[in-house]
Amino acid sequence: MDYTILVGGAAGQGLDTFANIMEKIIKRCGYHVFTYRDYMSRVRGGHNFVQIRFSDKEIYSFKDKLDLILALNKESYILHKERLKADGVIISHEELDEERHIKLPIDEIKKKIKNHKVLNTVGMGVILKYFGLPLNTGREVLESVIRKKYIEDNIIALTEGYNLIESKYELPVEKDEKIIINGNNALALGAIAAGCKLYCGYPMTPSTSLLTYISSKSNEMGIVVDQVEDEIAALNMALGASYAGVRAMTASSGGGFALMVEALSFAGILEVPIVIVNAQRVGPATGMATRTEQSDLRFVIHAGHGEFPRMVIALRDPEDAFYQTARAFNIADKYQIPVIILTDLYLADYSKTIKPFDYNRISIKRYIDREVKGKYKKYEITDSGISKRIIPGKIEGQIVIGDSHEHDEYGHITEDPDLRTEMVLKRMRKLEGLKEELEEPWLIGDKEPEYLIVCWGSTYGAVKEAVDRLNEEGISVGALVFGDIWPFPTKQLMNIGEKAKAIIDVEQNATAQLDSIIREETPFEADYKILKFNGRPFNGDEVYNRIKSIFNEK
Amino acid sequence: MTCKYELYEPAWCPGCGNYMIRTALKMALEELEIKPHEVVIVSGIGQAAKMPHYISVNGFNGLHGRAIPPAIGVKMANKELHVIVESGDGDTYGEGGNHFIHGIRRNIDIAHFVHNNQIYGLTKGQASPTTAMGQITTLQFDGVKVEPLNPLALALTMGAGFVARGFSGDIPHLVALMKEAIKYKGYALVDILQPCVVWNRVNTFSWYKNRVYHLPESYDYTNKEEAMKKALEFGDRIPIGVIYKEEKETYLDRFDFIKNGPPLVDVELNPLDAEKLLEEFR
Repeated sequence: MDYTILVGGAAGQGLDTFANIMEKIIKRCGYHVFTYRDYMSRVRGGHNFVQIRFSDKEIYSFKDKLDLILALNKESYILHKERLKADGVIISHEELDEERHIKLPIDEIKKKIKNHKVLNTVGMGVILKYFGLPLNTGREVLESVIRKKYIEDNIIALTEGYNLIESKYELPVEKDEKIIINGNNALALGAIAAGCKLYCGYPMTPSTSLLTYISSKSNEMGIVVDQVEDEIAALNMALGASYAGVRAMTASSGGGFALMVEALSFAGILEVPIVIVNAQRVGPATGMATRTEQSDLRFVIHAGHGEFPRMVIALRDPEDAFYQTARAFNIADKYQIPVIILTDLYLADYSKTIKPFDYNRISIKRYIDREVKGKYKKYEITDSGISKRIIPGKIEGQIVIGDSHEHDEYGHITEDPDLRTEMVLKRMRKLEGLKEELEEPWLIGDKEPEYLIVCWGSTYGAVKEAVDRLNEEGISVGALVFGDIWPFPTKQLMNIGEKAKAIIDVEQNATAQLDSIIREETPFEADYKILKFNGRPFNGDEVYNRIKSIFNEK
Repeated sequence: MTCKYELYEPAWCPGCGNYMIRTALKMALEELEIKPHEVVIVSGIGQAAKMPHYISVNGFNGLHGRAIPPAIGVKMANKELHVIVESGDGDTYGEGGNHFIHGIRRNIDIAHFVHNNQIYGLTKGQASPTTAMGQITTLQFDGVKVEPLNPLALALTMGAGFVARGFSGDIPHLVALMKEAIKYKGYALVDILQPCVVWNRVNTFSWYKNRVYHLPESYDYTNKEEAMKKALEFGDRIPIGVIYKEEKETYLDRFDFIKNGPPLVDVELNPLDAEKLLEEFR
C-alpha cells in the first residue's frame, strides 16, 4: 500500500499546521510517512501545497500520483487534478465540475462549529474516515499538540469531518515507535546533542527554522541564541564564542553564507573550531527564496580568500542530518577547522518517519588541554598540523592569542618568509589526518553495478527509490551517495567506478558540480548527467524515468 | 600570580598616541588587580587593533571592522572574562559601523576603547568617519566632502549606558576613565582622542591639547540632555570625562541560565541531556 494526500490552498490558510498534525496522526496509526512541502515566497495568497505520502513500507521520496486532494480553494483543484488517480477523490467545499468530488457542506458545518479557525480540522476528520483510520488517534494527536483552549473546538471539527463520509478503505492500525522530523529540526537536534551552546544567525529561508527551533529550546537547554545584525556578525560572533571555549554554530542560505566568507577565511587562519550550515536555495543572488537547489557545492568548497583546510559534509536525509551534525562538531574541535554542513530547502522542509535517534551513539570529544608546559603556543608547529588547544582564562599564567594575520607560534604577527611557509604547511597538514577519517559515500542498490549513479546530499531519497525500482526490474544499477564531500573521498568510487559500464550523475544544479569534482579527483567522469535546476526537487519517479530514458536512447 | 603586564615591542611610529593609550591600559588593569589571563582584548584591523600583540593578555585580533561581534561571543561564552575591545575610528565607526550600532543595543558587559585619531593610519592617511569636512588628506585631495560622524552622540541616541571621552595626552585621566569603563556593568564606550603624528597634520597633539578640558566636578553625567550637549561639543573646546552613565540591565542578565548559572564554557556537555527533545516528534 502506498497513498498520497495533497492539501492545497493559499499562504495563510493554515497548510503547515494541517500537515504537521495530519502527518503525525498517520504516523501514530503505524505508517511510514513522507511529507513534501511546496510553498511560495509570500505571507498571504498564492498557491501552496503539501503532499503527505504514507505506506506500510519505508518511503524516501514523494509521488507524482495522488489518491486524495483536499482543496482549500478552487485553484488547488485546477492545478493538481491531472495528477489525481482515476479512483482518487477530491474533497472541497468549492463547486467543482468533477465526478470524483466529495463536496463539503460548508454552510452547515459553519453553523455547527462556531470557531471558524478550526475548519481545516474538518478535513482531517474526512481524510481519516476515508482511509478507515481511527478517530481516536486523531483526537489524541490534537490533544497533544494543540493549545489547550483550542482543543475542544478542534475535536468537534475533527468529529464532524469524520461523520461526513463513508470509508473507502479499512486500513489496519499498527504499533508506532517512530518519530517524524524534517531535516532542519534533525540538524538542530544534532547540534544540541553535540553541546552547541551558542547559535547566532540572521533569518534567511531555508535556514530560519533552525534559528527558530533552537531559540524555542534556548532556556530549556541553556543555549544562547542571538539574532544578529547580519551574517558577518553571525560568524564572527560564533568564532569569538568558540575561541572562548563553547561549541558554536551559525547557519544561513547561500546569500548569507556569502557574507560570512570573509570570516570563513579568518576561521581558517584563526584555527578555532566552527560549524557553519549552508541551507541552499535557488541562486544566484536572491534567486527563488522558497525553492530548492544544490548549486553551492563548489562555492562552499572554495569560499574564502587564501588557502586553508576545511571540511564539507552534505546531509542526505533527516537521520543523516542528526548524526552528521553531531559529528561535525567533533571534527571541528579535533582539527580546529571550519566544518561546513550543506543542506538544502527540500531536505530542510520535508519530513519523514524514522527510528528515534540513538543518543548513546553521540559522543562529545573536545580535544581541550587543561595544562601546558612552558609558555603556551596557540599555533605550535606539529606533525599533524594540530596545535594544543587551551581555553582563555582557564590556566593561570597562560594566555591565548588568536590572530587573523600570519603569525608565529604564539599568535603574534609575522612577515618572516620561512615561518609563513611553515605555518601554511602546518595548517594544510591537517588535511592528511582528515582524509583518513572521511566516510565513504553510501553504496545503494547493486554492489557491483553496470550503471553507477553518483549523487550527493538530499537527492539520496529520490535516487534510492529509483535504484530500488530498477533493481526490481533486473537492471544492474547502484548509486554512490556522497555525504562527506570535501575533502573528496575517492576509495569507494575508485573501486566501483572501474567496473561500471557507465556513470550517471544526478544533481540539482546546471553545471554538474559533483561531476566536476570527480573529474578533478579521480580518473572518471560522468557519461550521463541528469540535472535539474527549476527549483523543484527530484522525486523517485522522475529519477527513475530519466534513467529509463537514457536506456531507451541507447 | 601577580597582576603585572608585560609589554612587547610595538610597530607603531615614534610619538604615536597608541603608546600612551597602552600605558594607560596597563596601569588601569594593574590598578584593578585583574590578572592577565582573565582579560581578553578583541580587536579588528588598524594600528590600534594591534594592541593585543603588544601587551600580555589573551588576544583575539580579528578582521577589519569586526571586533565587536567576537567580543560579544567571548563574553557570552565566559561571563567571567574581562572583555575589552581596542580598535580605531575607521575600524569601529566605518567598516564596523553596523556592529557598533547593534552592539550598543545589546548592552553586553564589554569596555570599548576607540583610538580616535580622525584619520586612517595603517592604510596611509585617508579620511576616516571622524575626519572633519574639508580636511585635505592623501586621498581627499580637495578636501573631505562628507560630514564627520559623532560617535558619542550616536552612542547616546542608541541608548548606551556609559559614554566617555578621553585623551591620550592625559594619562592619569585616561587611566581613571578606563578603570571606570572596565568596572561598568554593560557596554562602555570610551572614545579616546589621539594624534596620528604621520598622517593627520590637522588634529595634532597640540590641537587636542589646546582644546580638551575636564568636565567639572559639578557636571551631572546622569542627565541625558546635558550629555547630548557635551557630546556635540567638538570644536574650540572638547570636553573629556564620563559624559553619560546610567545603570542598565546587561544583555547576559536577560538570559536566566547565564545570570543564575555557571559560565557557558563550564557547562558539562552530555548528549543524553538532549534526548527529551525527541518527545515532540513522536
